[in-house]
Parts: sequence; structure tokens; C-alpha cells
Amino acid sequence: MKLFKTLAVSAAVALASTSGAATAGTLQDVQARGELNCVVTTGVAGFAAPDDAGRWAGFDVDFCRATAAAVLGDGNKVKFIPTTGKTRFTVLNSGEGDLLYRNTTITMSRDADLKLTFLGVNYYDGQGFMVPKALGVTSAKELDGASICIQTGTTTELNLADYFRANNMSYEPVAIETNEEGQVNYLAGRCDVYTTDASGLASTRGTFDNPNAHIILPEIISKEPLGPAVRQGDDQWADVTRWVLNVLIAAEEAGLTQGNVAGHAAKAGSNVDINRMVGTEGDFGSMIGLDKQWAVRAISAVGNYGEIFERNIGVNTGLGLARGLNAQWTNGGILYSPPVR
Amino acid sequence: MSTERSHAVGEHPELPPPSTEVGIIGWVRHNLLSSTTNIVITVLTIYFLYVIIPPMLNWIIFDAVFSADSRDDCRAIAKAAGHEMGACWAFIGKRFEIFVYGFYPVEERWRINLSFILMLAALVPVLFDHVPNRKQGLWFSLAAPFIIGWLLLGGMGLEPVPTDKFGGFMLTLVIGVTGIVGSLPIGIALALGRQSHMPALRMVCVAFIEFIRGVPLITLLFVASTMLNYFLPPGTTFDLLLRVLIMVTLFSAAYIAEVIRGGLQALPKGQIEAADSMGLKYWQSMRLIILPQALKISIPGIVNTFIGLYKDTTLVIIIGLFDPLCMGRASLADTKWQGLSTEIYVFVAIFFFVSCFSMARYSLYLEKKLYTGH
Repeated sequence: MKLFKTLAVSAAVALASTSGAATAGTLQDVQARGELNCVVTTGVAGFAAPDDAGRWAGFDVDFCRATAAAVLGDGNKVKFIPTTGKTRFTVLNSGEGDLLYRNTTITMSRDADLKLTFLGVNYYDGQGFMVPKALGVTSAKELDGASICIQTGTTTELNLADYFRANNMSYEPVAIETNEEGQVNYLAGRCDVYTTDASGLASTRGTFDNPNAHIILPEIISKEPLGPAVRQGDDQWADVTRWVLNVLIAAEEAGLTQGNVAGHAAKAGSNVDINRMVGTEGDFGSMIGLDKQWAVRAISAVGNYGEIFERNIGVNTGLGLARGLNAQWTNGGILYSPPVR
Repeated sequence: MSTERSHAVGEHPELPPPSTEVGIIGWVRHNLLSSTTNIVITVLTIYFLYVIIPPMLNWIIFDAVFSADSRDDCRAIAKAAGHEMGACWAFIGKRFEIFVYGFYPVEERWRINLSFILMLAALVPVLFDHVPNRKQGLWFSLAAPFIIGWLLLGGMGLEPVPTDKFGGFMLTLVIGVTGIVGSLPIGIALALGRQSHMPALRMVCVAFIEFIRGVPLITLLFVASTMLNYFLPPGTTFDLLLRVLIMVTLFSAAYIAEVIRGGLQALPKGQIEAADSMGLKYWQSMRLIILPQALKISIPGIVNTFIGLYKDTTLVIIIGLFDPLCMGRASLADTKWQGLSTEIYVFVAIFFFVSCFSMARYSLYLEKKLYTGH
């Protein structure tokens, strides 16, 4: 250990002396580096995974690309740092990562105790149940005595215990480690019910040979607002990343898409909301240390929130998720971005 | 009567053994049907093979789909052919490149291929005696790690490739081979240090070995990936892969040291005394008398540790490095291919089996070659 520490420290000193101390804000660091270090998962269907060519793709990945486009002018200038549930926050807090988009549930303890700053919600999730249709169950209230496949060490495990206790029911937990394992166990009939986040259930069901033989029960028993985070203590960087997220949501509401954003940016139109976003009215980019075209670049890189959603996890993808809570507030959802003005 | 005496007195000519005692029939009778218990076991075994093998072959070959663009595609092709869907090997085929090269830039992948060839070429003079120009070959083997390092990392005329692009089998080989090559000399040094007459040196070695052996590798990897960041001044990051390589090498060195100590202790004291009486210095006696014998005894243990280390490289999955297993899991998260876990695990298992089995075979060969007993 001692030998190791000596090695580590000498290597660190060598590095520090060559690269120069990083004292400026994260925004300046990222711009100087020319690359955004974005913390993602090692693979969650639809949210972040390498495709056949090894290129990262997914819902969370697109938000990383949008941020890189706004800050650096190129959605490909992202270095993806894949992390497990155990290493994600350390990687962010140690400065290895600049921004975390890793379907992470926002909780008070993570916000306050782990010294993170959450930027908003990019996906409203909640825990649900899946059962085989043959079981004849139509509501979670009928699951008394069922055996349930549950991932250990997650908030879903606690939610499940709370829910069954509150409803005076009993269950038999079948502990699993990964979603893959849960799927295998569930299909083999080792548990009657599989529970995890509703998005996960939908994607799992999508892979079954006969998806119609299984139903997802209507009850959602927890709140899992998933959102991006940055390190606490750099408000300017938090502003930049927060408004990239907001503007993607606001763009959908205003009807600004990947296809029409260039046209809107070329000439001021009649919609002042759009004008402010694309920089033909006011100068909102400079307020966060960027130029007028920041939002145009973000939207042309990956499209607005709705386009990102449909491309990666929407009804026409393997996951087949409906917008549900994640629809705009004007469409019966709760997605509500503060205005750019 | 006369017919009975038609043979001359003397030796009976050798007759061929009865046909039931030799050849296939003889083998079957002796090995499979020699007693009632054996007959029962044979019948049961054949039945089990009959139950297991046809479905397995169906899954692996006859019902398998070898070329498709997604899992649904696989399913459709199987359905069109009128059978259940077996393995969807198209998945492995489509992702073969990232399984082998990780995220390494496509146009630079020749460097990995070249490195692999260099590695094999460098191994030959080390592993085998009877190669022409072995001496020059060994010099090449010494230089090879540096050439390979330069090829993989780039710089000095080559496009630099950061180590976070490393992945797949190439990453396993980098970690495994570095660990194996690095840990043997360190392990020997530690083993000798532990037996040294200098108390300070001995204590350092004992403390190091006991500390490393007392901690699971997974803990060391966590220290490497997360804790280190807290020890180091803020803002400094130094390469995650380098951290892992150091940890894996040190970990395996501690085990190698103990294996070699076993070999050292198995040598009769007379060997050292004989070396001393010949007037050999410490290093001379070690190099000429002690270590060759001790290492020979330790071969099975050393190779055992190496195989263990090689398989342990999959633990890097928990700190977010993309070894083949992690790459497999990440691939399963691609909505196009979700749910094909068996294919992935079979594929990765074959890779590890081939690597580890070769190491085991080589160790047997080495033991036979160095066998000097009676």
C-alpha cells in the first residue's frame, strides 16, 4: 500500500506539473479541454448503451450531446464515462466527470448529503409490477402472498416493503442482482411478479417472445424522478447545464424541432418564445457564458425533448414507452419548463 | 488321432486375441460394460447425453440464426424457416468488432492487430527452448512491451488513443498479460525478500504480502477507481486503466510470492549449503542453483495464480471498464438485441476457456520438459 501510495502521489505530481492546475470554472475547463466528460451508465436499454459500431446512443446520451453542442459547438465532443450505480457519484465529485446523466433518481439525501446539484427532471419514472396474464391479477392489491423478483440494494426494494406493509399484505422476495437476471428468473417462473421502474418493465416486456402474455399493473408505487446532476459549488456550470435541459423541453412546447430550428434562427419570426431561444431576440446565451446560438446548436444536434424521447424510448422503439407523465403540461403530462426570457 | 498331432512340438504360434477383447468391442466391454454397476451407469449416461445433446445442437447450430439485423429479425427468420428460434449468433457477429477492439477508433485498429502479433512473436522465445536465434529473440521480447505500449497508446507519430477507448478482449489481454508479466518478477523479489536476513526488508515484504492477501481484489479495484481521487489533490486525474494495472499486478505479485516461497522451502537446505561451499555469491547461487529448482516446483501454483488473475480481470466490470463481460451486458441494453444473454455468456465463456486452457496445457508441457526425477 505504501509503495502504491508513493507511486500514486508521484504520478499525480508529475501529472499536475504538466497539465497545470485546474482552477477555473467547469465551463472554462470544458471549453479549454474541448471535450465534455459525461457520466452515463454501463448500459440501460434506451437510456445509454453502445450501438453495434460502439457509438453511444440513448435518451441520456442525447442530453449529453446537446450540452456538448451548446458548450463546444459539436455534439460529438463528448467523452462518455460509463459508471456503475456504486461509482457514479464519486466519479462526478472527484472531477473526473463534468455532468451526470445516468437515470438517477433525485432524492433529498443525494442532493444535500452527497453534495450534488440536480438540474431538473428529464424523465418521470415510478415503480411498477409485471405479472403473467395467466395469473389473472389485475391490480397490485391482489398480490398478497406472491413471490416477487426484486433487485437488491435499490430504492425499489424499500418501496416494495413499504407498499406491502401499508396494504397489510405479505410477499416472498426473490433477490436478483441485475435486470437481466430478473428477466430470466421471471420467465422461468421462479417468481410470480417482477418489479422495477415502469420504464424498465416496459423494455423488459418488449424483449419477450410473447409480450402480450404479460401485463404491467396500473399501480405505480413510488416517485422516481430521474434527472441530471453536477457537482455542488459551481453555479455557473449548473446554470449552463440546467438551461440546456430546460430549453430542450421548452423547444418542444414551442414547436421548435431539429428540422426547423435553422430556419427560425435565420430570421426573427412572430413567436417571441422561439425568437428568444434561437437568439434573434435578446441575448440569453451570454447570461450563462455562451453565445446567442447556444440553443440552436443543442436542438440541431439532437432535436427537442419530444424528438429525443421518440427516437430512443418512444412508442416506435423497442421500449415502446408512452409519454404518460412525461408529456408536456399542455398535453396532460407534468413536463413544465420555466420560460427562456 | 493323427489330426491332433499335426502340429510340431514346440511353441504354439501366437494367435490374434479374441475379437471381443480388442478394438472397439474390447474397449466397450472393458470400460463400459464390465460390471452391472457399470452397465447401469453407461445406460444412464447415454440417456442423459441423448436428452441434453440434441436440444443443445439444435440451439447452437440447427435452429440458430447467423445473419440478421436485430432480435426481431432473428425471430422472423427462424419463423420463416419453420422452427423455434435457437441462438441468435447474428448478435455476436454484428458486435464482434466491439467485443474484440472495444471503442478503439476503427481506422486505428490495425495497431491492435499488430500488437497482438508482436505479443505472440515475443512470447515464442520466452516460452519455448528450441527456436532459432533464441538469444536475439529474447532481446526482442524485452523490447516488445514498450513497442506494444507505444502502438496501443499512440503518440510519437501515431494518433494518440486515450485508454478509455480500450475495451473487449483487447482490454482483458492488456490487463491479463501486464499482470502476468509484471507480477512474476515482483513476486520472486517479494519471496526472496521475505526470506532475507535483513529485518527491515523482510518486514516490508511480509507486511506488503499480508496486506494484499488480506484484502479482496474487488476492494483494491474500488480503491483504485474511487478512493484514490480523494487522496490526490483535487483536479488531478490519472489514468483509470493505469491504476487498475498497478492494482492487479500488485495483487497477483503477492500471491505469486507465496507460491514461490513454497517452492523455496521445498528445497533441501543442502542445496544452499552446497552453493555456499562452491563460493557462489547470493545472487549467483539464487540464479544458478536455488531459483531454477524452486520455480520448477512452483510451476503448477504459478500458472494457477495466473489463470486466476486472468479470470479476475472481469471484476473491472464494477468500476465501469468494458471488458468482454461488461461489453456483453451493455450490448444487451441495446433495444435491438435485448434479451439474448445466453449467446453473450456462451461466447465470452468460450474465449476465457480457450485462453485459460492454453495456459494450463503450456504448464503441463513445461512440467514434462523440466522433469528430472526418476
